[in-house]
Amino acid sequence: MTHERIEGVRADAYDLVVVGAGPAGLAAAATAAAAGLTTLVLDENAAPGGQIYRAVTSTPVSDRRILGTDYWHGAGLVEAARRSGAEIVGGAVVWSLDRDLQVGVSHGGTARMIQARRVIIATGALERPFPIPGWTLPGVMTAGGAQTLLKSSGLVPDGRAVLAGTGPLLWLLAAQLLRAGVTPTAILDTTPRSNHWRALRHLPGFALSPLLAKGLGLMREVRAQVEVIGGVTGLAAEGSDRLRAVGFERAGENRRIEADQLLLHQGVVPNVNLAMAAGVEHRWDPLQLCWSPVLDADGGSSVPGIAVAGDGAGIAGARAAEERGRLAAVAAVRALAPSASVADAGAVRRSLRRQERGRAFLDTLYQPARQFRMPADDTIVCRCEEVTAGQIRATVALGCEGPTQMKSFLRCGMGPCQGRLCGLTVTELIAEARGCTPETVGYYRLRAPVKPITLGEMAGTPAGTAAVKAVVRG
Amino acid sequence: MFRRLPDIEAGSVTIRVDGVPLAARAGDTVTAALLAGGHDHCRTTAVGGVRRAPYCLMGVCFDCLVTIDGVGNRQGCLVPVRDGMVVDTQRGKREVGR
Repeated sequence: MTHERIEGVRADAYDLVVVGAGPAGLAAAATAAAAGLTTLVLDENAAPGGQIYRAVTSTPVSDRRILGTDYWHGAGLVEAARRSGAEIVGGAVVWSLDRDLQVGVSHGGTARMIQARRVIIATGALERPFPIPGWTLPGVMTAGGAQTLLKSSGLVPDGRAVLAGTGPLLWLLAAQLLRAGVTPTAILDTTPRSNHWRALRHLPGFALSPLLAKGLGLMREVRAQVEVIGGVTGLAAEGSDRLRAVGFERAGENRRIEADQLLLHQGVVPNVNLAMAAGVEHRWDPLQLCWSPVLDADGGSSVPGIAVAGDGAGIAGARAAEERGRLAAVAAVRALAPSASVADAGAVRRSLRRQERGRAFLDTLYQPARQFRMPADDTIVCRCEEVTAGQIRATVALGCEGPTQMKSFLRCGMGPCQGRLCGLTVTELIAEARGCTPETVGYYRLRAPVKPITLGEMAGTPAGTAAVKAVVRG
Repeated sequence: MFRRLPDIEAGSVTIRVDGVPLAARAGDTVTAALLAGGHDHCRTTAVGGVRRAPYCLMGVCFDCLVTIDGVGNRQGCLVPVRDGMVVDTQRGKREVGR
């Protein structure tokens, strides 16, 4: 499909390896390669763009109005990264990164180790877990998932689609579906009423952001065409073999809407698996309610040589991600090629601050309600191992103190997704049951491989003398 | 259920799903092709044996797992379709050698 997929990784060592070809990764790569660093970008998707600019160079959606001008901004980022001389490899799954800056990557069925002098982790965000009864049924999908299908394949929901949750993406998806000729049956807004009051004090900051006008415009466009039901305090996906209806609670009353598709969203959180497995220190963010890496002003992490940029460094949106990518790349250039010409870090920082403006308003307004983060006992929390919230609370009653210890009771977090879809819920559930902070409870101890590779691929990686001695007898 | 926008055609690529030919568009992922082809779910789970469909479409939930060209537990949402590709849906847990 694109030339990136066929070529593969050309060399065994690079000045800079960037993991992720979204806005942060692309901007970082363009900056570093233009300054003369040998730069490799690895992304598990076939084409660059990340999730926000997914398939921006290959989407079959030709009517540019449908996805909107903010989406098409990504094409310029891809173009700049390609022109810079950075090597961009799609379909490349990074499954390991260690303190020696060795990057384990699998591409086209072959695994290998790449040596970097600097690494920028730009693995972005994923949608916050939304554990409600029935969220594992066929017919239930994330709003971001439906948006990905639209961007990359021009697919839209067929039949009655209900959108539910809170956050800007829900409104953007509704608008994009409407422009594509699909009218959602309803939007169930779970934004807690009390958040509006708490967010008010951050409004002056947000008023300076271009996002205010954009957001209001989107909401107007959607409200004119779709029934929006606000103040929703309970949600359930109903059906036995697939979704048949969406049940919801509002003002103490229970109602249900028949539906073929339920699209859920309650914000995005950093995708921490690679950074944590590499040993990068993280802390709990009490406003965004997620783990974020501890970083210096350039995005440098607690592991020398590893920086984190983009939404993986804490959620701030696509434009801020770009600036963070540039900032981390400038630092890499300064360290590896002090005499090279590169952008002034101060100017990039100023631009970043502009892009981050008003974030506190969005974070406060769209902070999801407690009952949608810590569900009732009979709700599945770990989708892979099918573990319920009640089982998790019961292990705490038995004396289990944290997510890693809990694995040996329940296998929770040990399925194929490796905790990506349950980790935050588990941390908050245990913290609540123990009456302590999420920071005290901690997260799963993550280890490479952070993505699955076959035994054959692993066995086929070239091993040094020390590695062979460690496992071969005699 | 998902459908293609009216001006977008499938048909440039044919894959086989559980032995049955399925037309797809070059550029589709395996998961997109399955959803557009009316496959309501792509596997039954290893633990409870219940039906499961793709959830995140971005490589993190692992609910789109399928067997592709004989290799089990592949993330269908990350693999582009290729003409002649053989896709098998998964029932329950994997077995050694599959």
